[in-house]
Amino acid sequence: MKRAVERHLNILEFTLASLLRRRGKNLSLLVIYLLVIFMLASLVFFVSALKREAAIILNDAPDMVVQRLMAGRQDLVPAGYAAEIARIRGVTAVRPRLWGYYYDALNGANYTIMAGDDPATAPGLASVGAGVAKARNLAVGDLLPLISYDKTPLMLEIDTIFPNESDLIAADLIVISRADFLQLFNFPSGQATDLAVTVRNPKELPTVAAKIVSQFPDSRPVLKSEIQRTYQSIFDWRGGMTLMVLTAALLSFIIFAWDKATGLSAEERKEIGILKSIGWETSDVLLLKFWEGIVISLTAFLLGTVLAYGHVFFLSAPLFAQALKGWSVIYPRFQLVPVVDGYQLAVLFFLTVVPYTTATVIPCWRAATIDPDAAMRY
Amino acid sequence: MRRSLQFLLFTASILTLFLLLPLHARLSQIRTDSDMKQQVPLLRSLHVTDLCLSTEARYTRHPAMADSHAPFQDHPLALEHFPSGSLILPLPPREKP
Repeated sequence: MKRAVERHLNILEFTLASLLRRRGKNLSLLVIYLLVIFMLASLVFFVSALKREAAIILNDAPDMVVQRLMAGRQDLVPAGYAAEIARIRGVTAVRPRLWGYYYDALNGANYTIMAGDDPATAPGLASVGAGVAKARNLAVGDLLPLISYDKTPLMLEIDTIFPNESDLIAADLIVISRADFLQLFNFPSGQATDLAVTVRNPKELPTVAAKIVSQFPDSRPVLKSEIQRTYQSIFDWRGGMTLMVLTAALLSFIIFAWDKATGLSAEERKEIGILKSIGWETSDVLLLKFWEGIVISLTAFLLGTVLAYGHVFFLSAPLFAQALKGWSVIYPRFQLVPVVDGYQLAVLFFLTVVPYTTATVIPCWRAATIDPDAAMRY
Repeated sequence: MRRSLQFLLFTASILTLFLLLPLHARLSQIRTDSDMKQQVPLLRSLHVTDLCLSTEARYTRHPAMADSHAPFQDHPLALEHFPSGSLILPLPPREKP
C-alpha cells in the first residue's frame, strides 16, 4: 500500500516537474480551461438560482389573469367583465389590476406603475423599488414628481423604498393609490388593465378559462401554469443566453480536446521514448499522462466552479448582467439565494474532466506502445 | 515539502471549498426562508406575474403578459432591436382553454 502511494507520489512529482518545464503552454491551457469551466458553472448557478427565485415569486401570481384583446392587441377590460366572471361557479375573487409603464424623460428609464390595493397606499404616497430610488436619487420622505398624461405634475411622497433583496420583483416598480393611477394616466374609470382571477380548485382552472372565453370571445385568460412555463422556457438550456454561452464554451472545449487527441508533440514523443528506454513501464508512462490530465483538468474544474459560485452569489453575476441589461436604465441587482444543483455539476464534470483526461491518455498510449528507439527518432 | 504534496494539499483545500458550496447554499436558503416577500407584505399583495429581469422593452419586462402573437410590438416592420429580446426564447404555445 505504502509502496503504491509512494509510486503515485513519485510519478506526480515527475508530472509537475514536466508541466513546469513547459510552463507557458500549460499555464495558458489551464487558464483557458478554467475560464471555460467558470463560464459554464456560472451559467449553471445563475440559471438554477433564477429558476428557484421564479418558482417562489410566481407562487404568489394570480391563478389566472384575464386580458382583453382589441384588433389583436391588449386593451383595457371593462369593469362589467369582472362582475360577470365573478359569477362563474368556482371563481372566488376577481380583482381588477391597474398597471402600466411610465417613461421618465429625465433619465430615459421605464418604470412599472401599479395601483396598490393595500390601504397603506394612500393618495399622494408612493412605494418605490430600489432601482427607481437609485435612478432618481430618492429617500423616504422625498417628493417624486411625475408628469401625468394631461401634462399636469403629480407630486408623490416616497413612503417606502423596497429593499435591494426584492429587486427581482420591484427594481423598477412604483406602487401608488388607485386615485393617483387614474390621474397619472388619465385612465378611464370603470376599466382595468387586466383581471386577476382566483379559483377555489386549481383543477377547475381550464374549465373556468373555457367558460370565460365562451362568455367573452375577445378575452384571453393566462393561467398561472402558463406564467410558470414562460419562465421555465426563458431559463431553458436550449435557447437564448444559455445556448449562446454553452456554444462558445463547448466550441472552445472541442478545440482543446481536438488539439490533445490529435497527437503529441515531437518533444513529448521523445520524452516518452527516453522514459521507456531508461526502464519505465508502459503503465508508468500512462500513469504519468493520466496525472498530467488530472492536474490540469481537476484544478481547472474545482477552481472554476468555486470562482463561478463567488461570481454569481457574492458579486451578483456582473458578466451576465451586461448581457441581460441591454439598454435598460434601471437594472436589478441579482442578489440570488445560492442553489447548487449537484446533478448539473456532475454533468459538467463528466463533460469536461473525463474527456480531457481521456484525450490526454489515448495518444500517449499509442506512443508508449511503440519501440522506444522509434519514439525517440520520431 | 515535496512538490507533489504541495499540489495535493492545494487540491485538498479547493476540494474542501467545493464540497462546502452545497452546505453554504443550504444555509443561505434556510436563512432567507423567511423570505424578502414576508418582509414586504405590500409586494406580496400585488400578486406580480413577472420577474424584473430587464426593463428595456414591454415583452422582456413582462414576458408572461406580453402579446406573444405580436413579437415586434413597436410598429410594423420593426426589427428586434433590444438586446435582451434576443436572449429570451419565444414563449411556449398557450394552453387551449
